[in-house]
Amino acid sequence: MRITNLNEITIKPAGDSAVQIFCGEEISEAVGDKVSALTAALRDFFAAEKIAGIGEVVPAFSSLVVRYDPLVTDYDEVAFRVGQVAAEIEISGEGGGQGNIVEIPVCYGGEFGADLADVAAHNGITEQEVIDIHSGGLYRLYMIGFLPGFPYLGGLDKRICCPRLKSPRTKIPTGAVGIGGEQTGIYPMESPGGWRLIGRTPVTLFDPDGILPLPYKAGDMIKFVAIDKAEYERIAAAEAERKEKLRREKGAGV
Amino acid sequence: MIKIISPGPLTSVQDGGRQGCQSQGYRECGAADMYSLAAANILVGNDDHHAAVLELTLAGGVMEFTEAAIFAVTGGDFALTLDGERVPVHGPVYAKAGSRLTIGMAAKGLRGCLAVYGGIDVPELLGSRSTDMTCKLGGFKGRALQKDDEIPVGTYAVKGEYDVEKRRASLAERNLLNLAADRTKLVNPGVGRFFQGKRLTVLRAVKGPQEEYFTEAAHGTLERSVYTITPQSDRMGCRLSGPVLESVNGSDIISDGIVGGSVQISSDGQPIVMQADHQTTGGYAKIATVISADLPALAQLRPGDEVGFRFVSPKDAAAAARAIYEGLLNLKECYK
Repeated sequence: MRITNLNEITIKPAGDSAVQIFCGEEISEAVGDKVSALTAALRDFFAAEKIAGIGEVVPAFSSLVVRYDPLVTDYDEVAFRVGQVAAEIEISGEGGGQGNIVEIPVCYGGEFGADLADVAAHNGITEQEVIDIHSGGLYRLYMIGFLPGFPYLGGLDKRICCPRLKSPRTKIPTGAVGIGGEQTGIYPMESPGGWRLIGRTPVTLFDPDGILPLPYKAGDMIKFVAIDKAEYERIAAAEAERKEKLRREKGAGV
Repeated sequence: MIKIISPGPLTSVQDGGRQGCQSQGYRECGAADMYSLAAANILVGNDDHHAAVLELTLAGGVMEFTEAAIFAVTGGDFALTLDGERVPVHGPVYAKAGSRLTIGMAAKGLRGCLAVYGGIDVPELLGSRSTDMTCKLGGFKGRALQKDDEIPVGTYAVKGEYDVEKRRASLAERNLLNLAADRTKLVNPGVGRFFQGKRLTVLRAVKGPQEEYFTEAAHGTLERSVYTITPQSDRMGCRLSGPVLESVNGSDIISDGIVGGSVQISSDGQPIVMQADHQTTGGYAKIATVISADLPALAQLRPGDEVGFRFVSPKDAAAAARAIYEGLLNLKECYK
């Protein structure tokens, strides 16, 4: 329903091992939908047709990169295939850009959201109102970058925007949910950072052992669900169990 | 096992890189000099040319082989001493159990790959043994090597029978053991220029993907100026200093994907060439992309060294990649 003008894409070489495809020059739902649709269509096409030498398809806000092995294929073939696939999407008009809705439970405030009061005060509303607004929104996941699993989300309500901290924290804990300017996001791993922390999720976003997969991908919609501390502890324990189970299963497969 | 007695300035486990998970935000990592990675693996007899090695920087410290091993150091011209005796770089060397290897300063070059017959065997993370030192992932405990670390040597890199003594005998029979490889066979064209001792390394680059962000004059400047490697360079990126490259309307872009070799122009108009540990996404326009064949040469340059750029087509870039691959196959023919 949303794909109208994929023939407006621009295909450019990114060295000898990648092409970059530009779908627009803004961060918007419309451009994001084009990127998601083309990403999904290219992945399906390359998997189904088994085109030799094609690597990963990596989406960003308004463009995507397709990696390839220059010993096996070349820029001309990859650019040709991209054009072919893009034209097909336009004809079928089927958007692949809607994605899944992924719920992320968040325990807001208290020890998990040290800056919740500041965000409320900055906007002249109560802490509960910040929680209601934040967990009431639906956020488009445009791309993952910066850190493994770090989601770039769009759609933060202007009523809870808040400038970043003047001096960033040296350590933000895994799972921290924050607001930085007009963006909201989750820290998938411990990292320095300047965002205002409003809560924390017990869900494993990024697993350093590579056992648990990321719960989302670019093109998905994120919905934050407010939980209390008891629920946080329960989910945290269940996550550890899930990982142990998967570890055993994977181990048994070797 | 390789026991680290002293680690050198920056030694880490690296391989062909963590491919296929950039869309989840994982950095590719891997050896900064992929040519030397493949060459080192070929010299020791590994079938897997992208098997994990120890990547050395400037010098390599002291290590002990707890079991007999065949190793090779490629890349920079490092000074190697095995139990007090000088042994060659760029060739396979036999180390008996308990022997100590001292890797002194590189006379030329910056980085080295120390490959071991069988492969450095740390657990794989998402299909790679590379260390992501920025995110503290993979490799050996997600970090650079330290004193007293014990690094396992595996057998996974050898497809057929794994037998150190047989491999040693086979190399000795053919007069290949404890000797540097013939430079004409070993050196790739990009790295070759650098090893000829020239001050200037010319990097070939494909224009784009965002060349239109820069003025016509900037394109000319990039192709006609000498840029100097700055001390702020690291495995993430090689930061250059030289004539300012003017953008038409600022070099900020909507964050997008980066590949190794991307030449980002930061807001001060200076180029940064992305290397193995680069972030998966970035917010500066990319005027050009250094071709894969020339990234190994860049990885060997030190602060103060000079580079120039020459634009080539993706076709020429692919031909250069193929030439290097064929060179490696020739080396393989010699050392199989």
